[in-house]
Amino acid sequence: MSIDTSTNAPVPLPASVLSQGSNLIVSIHTALDDEQLTRLQHDLLDRVGRDRARGILIDVAALDVLDSFAARTLSELAYMALLRGARTVVVGIAPEVAMTLVRLGVHLPLAHTALDLEEGLEWLAS
Amino acid sequence: MSDHTETEPVAETIHQDDEALLPELVAHLRAHRTDLRQQWAERITQAHLLSAMTAQEVFSEATSVYDNYVEVLETGSVEALQHYARDLSERIIPRGVETHEVVGIVLLLRDVLARSLFEKYRDDFDLLNRVLDAYEPAANRIANTVAVSFVEQRERVIRDQQDALLELSTPVLQVRERLLILPIIGVLDAARAQQLTEQLLHAIRAHRAKLVVIDITGVPNVDKSVANSLVDTVTASRLMGADAIITGLSSEIAQTLVTIGVDLSKMHTVGDLQGGIEEAERQLGFRVSKEPDEH
Repeated sequence: MSIDTSTNAPVPLPASVLSQGSNLIVSIHTALDDEQLTRLQHDLLDRVGRDRARGILIDVAALDVLDSFAARTLSELAYMALLRGARTVVVGIAPEVAMTLVRLGVHLPLAHTALDLEEGLEWLAS
Repeated sequence: MSDHTETEPVAETIHQDDEALLPELVAHLRAHRTDLRQQWAERITQAHLLSAMTAQEVFSEATSVYDNYVEVLETGSVEALQHYARDLSERIIPRGVETHEVVGIVLLLRDVLARSLFEKYRDDFDLLNRVLDAYEPAANRIANTVAVSFVEQRERVIRDQQDALLELSTPVLQVRERLLILPIIGVLDAARAQQLTEQLLHAIRAHRAKLVVIDITGVPNVDKSVANSLVDTVTASRLMGADAIITGLSSEIAQTLVTIGVDLSKMHTVGDLQGGIEEAERQLGFRVSKEPDEH
């Protein structure tokens, strides 16, 4: 794990997690490396228990790349969160990203996908 | 063939520099122009080349090619020939002239001219060798130039046609709020599938579509690769949050797909476009009803 040497605390993730009602809204600002992804997965699962969240919405609209590790991590996260009682939706996948994922043969079988934040929230509410 | 060779003093030519050989050769080819051209045209007909053109046309093109050929030998510059070859290709490609025919006639001319040189210099093997040394590279260059010009021209035509095809390729249309239809007509190859997917995904975002009806009634052959690209298209649109309904699978296609073992069970398929749109409307919560007839 990368540690900020001056404060000895973990470097904050380039992603924000907001709590909205019973949902967690996660927006990822820049591409995450493998370690950061794993950390995000862990943090989110913690938050699901702590906030008693019923849904997780992950917004990846800012990303122009989503590699197979990231896709798998998100997919696993969706399953783990479901085991703790929260449904996951990934929103904002750009057309180019979608095509790359398909070409790589990567699927997000366990996560629901939606066009954007609005659609995602609607699905979580349903 | 008329024979002037014996009147020429061999002793005189033998001491000439090799650079002087080409002009001599050019002079020879100019002097026998009518005769050699005639021979060449006959050989073209015999070999059944350029069958798409009339004898008249073949002869007039043969004349131009011959003159260009001699000019290249004389000046060593292929520029004019290149220009002519491009022009010629432009004229004959639409008439269905094949690459092998064009290469064939140039090689025939090379052969006809070489034979006439053999005949002219047959008494002096050493000189013949040097003449051929001067002739061969130039002749090869000409053959090369013509063939390359022809192929380039053809490729340009093909590229233009491909671009035109892609442009009028496939419209993505909105029929209801958040419902798109994508009628695919014609052969679906990898490049087109890719382009089509890209178009569809952008349309999904632009129209905020929730459902897409992909109609493949107009796709003549659906094989494994077409089926797989359809699956990819559907998967990609699901990642964008839009579900897809495939319509227009004919009974033949359905049979083929099952026989070759393509699994489309994860796809949502409906018989025809109308059924697809009706199903989509139901899923989106639209209710279309016919007004009762008024009596």
